[in-house]
Amino acid sequence: MRTMLSLTLALTASTLGMAAAQTKTITVSVFPDLDSVVKAALPGFKKLYPNINVKINSLAYADHHTALTTALSTGKGAGDVVAVDFGYIAKFAEGNGLVDLSKAPYNAGQYRPQFVAYTFPQATAPDGRMIAMPTDIGPGSMFYRSDMLKRAGVRATDLNRSWESYIAAGRKVVAANPGSFLIPDAGEAAQIILRTGLGAGEGLYFDRSGKVLVGPDNPRYVRAFTVAKQIRDAKLDARAGAAFSPDWTTAFQKGNLATEFSGAWLVGHMQNWLAKDYSGKWAAQNLPGNTYASWGGSFYAIPQQSQNKAEAWALIKYLTTNPAQQVLAFKTTGAFPALRAAAGDPIFNEGVPYLGGQKARIQWRQAALKIQPLDVNRLDPVAEQIVNDALNTVLDGSKDIRTALTEAQLLITRRAR
Amino acid sequence: MLARSTSARRGGWSGFQRRYAPYIFISPFFILFLVFGLFPILFNAYLSFQQWQPGTGLGAMKFVGLRNYTDNLTDPTFWQSLKNTAVLAVLSGLPQHLIAIPVAFAVAGVLRRMQHLVTAVYFLPYITSIVAISVIFFTLFSWQYGVINAALSALHHLPLIGGLFPADRINWLGEKAYVQPAIALVVIWRYTGWNMLLYLSGLQAIPKELYEAAAVDGATGWQSFRFITLPLLRPIMFVAVTLSLIGGLQLFEEPFILTNGTGGAGQAGLTTIMYMYRTYTSYSDAGVAAAMSWLLFVVIGALTLLNNRLFGRSGLAGRD
Repeated sequence: MRTMLSLTLALTASTLGMAAAQTKTITVSVFPDLDSVVKAALPGFKKLYPNINVKINSLAYADHHTALTTALSTGKGAGDVVAVDFGYIAKFAEGNGLVDLSKAPYNAGQYRPQFVAYTFPQATAPDGRMIAMPTDIGPGSMFYRSDMLKRAGVRATDLNRSWESYIAAGRKVVAANPGSFLIPDAGEAAQIILRTGLGAGEGLYFDRSGKVLVGPDNPRYVRAFTVAKQIRDAKLDARAGAAFSPDWTTAFQKGNLATEFSGAWLVGHMQNWLAKDYSGKWAAQNLPGNTYASWGGSFYAIPQQSQNKAEAWALIKYLTTNPAQQVLAFKTTGAFPALRAAAGDPIFNEGVPYLGGQKARIQWRQAALKIQPLDVNRLDPVAEQIVNDALNTVLDGSKDIRTALTEAQLLITRRAR
Repeated sequence: MLARSTSARRGGWSGFQRRYAPYIFISPFFILFLVFGLFPILFNAYLSFQQWQPGTGLGAMKFVGLRNYTDNLTDPTFWQSLKNTAVLAVLSGLPQHLIAIPVAFAVAGVLRRMQHLVTAVYFLPYITSIVAISVIFFTLFSWQYGVINAALSALHHLPLIGGLFPADRINWLGEKAYVQPAIALVVIWRYTGWNMLLYLSGLQAIPKELYEAAAVDGATGWQSFRFITLPLLRPIMFVAVTLSLIGGLQLFEEPFILTNGTGGAGQAGLTTIMYMYRTYTSYSDAGVAAAMSWLLFVVIGALTLLNNRLFGRSGLAGRD
């Protein structure tokens, strides 16, 4: 009797011990809508990895990144898997807070050919460490109001042939639709031009060796500022500032915009709240002047402080390299998959109901492949701010392009040390 | 003496209690102050001599001496932000007091019956959430869809006086010339009620006998305001102006929200605190941001001293 009891005890203990050794709980820190993607992925993931429990910790977009900054600076409190938005990649690439995924045992480099080309350079620090895996992308697109164009007798191809024809055709559209604007803000055109025609080894603001590219002698910058200024001077823009500013939102809701450049994800916002009443009137076309650019994108990373790196990597691999999961993510939030195989799913050949059934996803898929990779620099956020300020002083007429760019060059060079 | 010796003799729990109870009772404040007050200040001072990107871990700090300070002092944007802050502080600070003093005088005198109602109405903006405020003022200031521009354009179409009003819509938050007045307007609207309340309490502390005596001597209303109210309000003016000065130099919420954090057209709305915030969050340069906060502290300290010289004496000092 006594041996029986001790045997049972021993057995219980060993099963418990085994279970404890096998089942691990990992935490995923994400922001909305990415949290719904992870949630949707869990049943499929559980089937493959029954011994990994996943806890989702979702915070609002800005809070999530602030909390992650704090956790990485203090070395405590980060999840095992953390979502990072494109805008924060350069910031977190500094220091050694995030695991280098290009090294063993992760060897993420092997997946490179499977992903849209520009995503891997985005996730790579200047010193070559790869700190995150891409999950979704925002291929750029020009959205336009087909009814407004028709009223002006302008075709969509007139708008996107070149920047000059965009402005010329835009004047007609605005003239034919009183009270309307061609674009929310003239600065947007400059941002797109800055992102195209880069030489090898060039980033947006710095080249690979850290030299400042901003300046009055760089044709890319002069052209970008000139085109934006032409749009402003022709009174074609609503001067709404950045996307999601109150004026931007109001202009959309009132239906006063003829075109907007943004990521494919804008359709989700338009149909849900931004331009609900204009379903079927908006359509998509490539960006003007044969240019391709991306708007945002999300990544997953593993903090150095995580105690469950193997399990975290298993989840990241499932979320990013599993085609079925990437398609499921697209169905959940409409975010375009970074995995090329996923974009081959039949759903991408279907029409987009909001865009009047236009098969825009095929166009976006092709655009994604043409987007140039940009080298990131740790001072990109500084340079971005300074260039945007310079652009605004040009647009509001307080400085000419040469002066503004010369000053911007000086300000950035001061910081680049 | 006797009590102490007995308690000492008693020792144990009772003695411990007698001795330390007061400290334990006041400890919550000191503990909170140490953790959330003193420690951040000292850490910030330490940080201002380091080069550090938050997110790289505390171990990555590097001592750089005074470089963060010299960097700031040679940064044109820092000086521009200081200039913006000074302009905004004056533009928003002065009217607050110029409005609040007469209003408080009127409320204390003529409007005494409705004092509580009027005070509450004027104080309301102060306790309104900044998010609600931003929604209201965006609706007012918006270039294409704003209420102010709609009103101006309606006035422009009036016969006779229409010519006094602009034909084009004014881009309040998008044009350099209008950014600072627009921000100042919101600040004035928000804090005038607070200052009025301060002055009201100051007015109520002035003895009635003085006014009665002046009235007996045949003083007019203006004379009693000029020679009794104003001098005796001086101590409260000192408090109110000091608070406005500190608040004005630390201006952040209103310009940040109204310009979407960008500083607005021509960076005219970029205050020093906003620039510090930007240096920390988007430039990830914690050391430079910390140094900037100390430089601003020096400016605030100097101006407060100056204010102390101007208003610091009590109302009747130097008159006897």
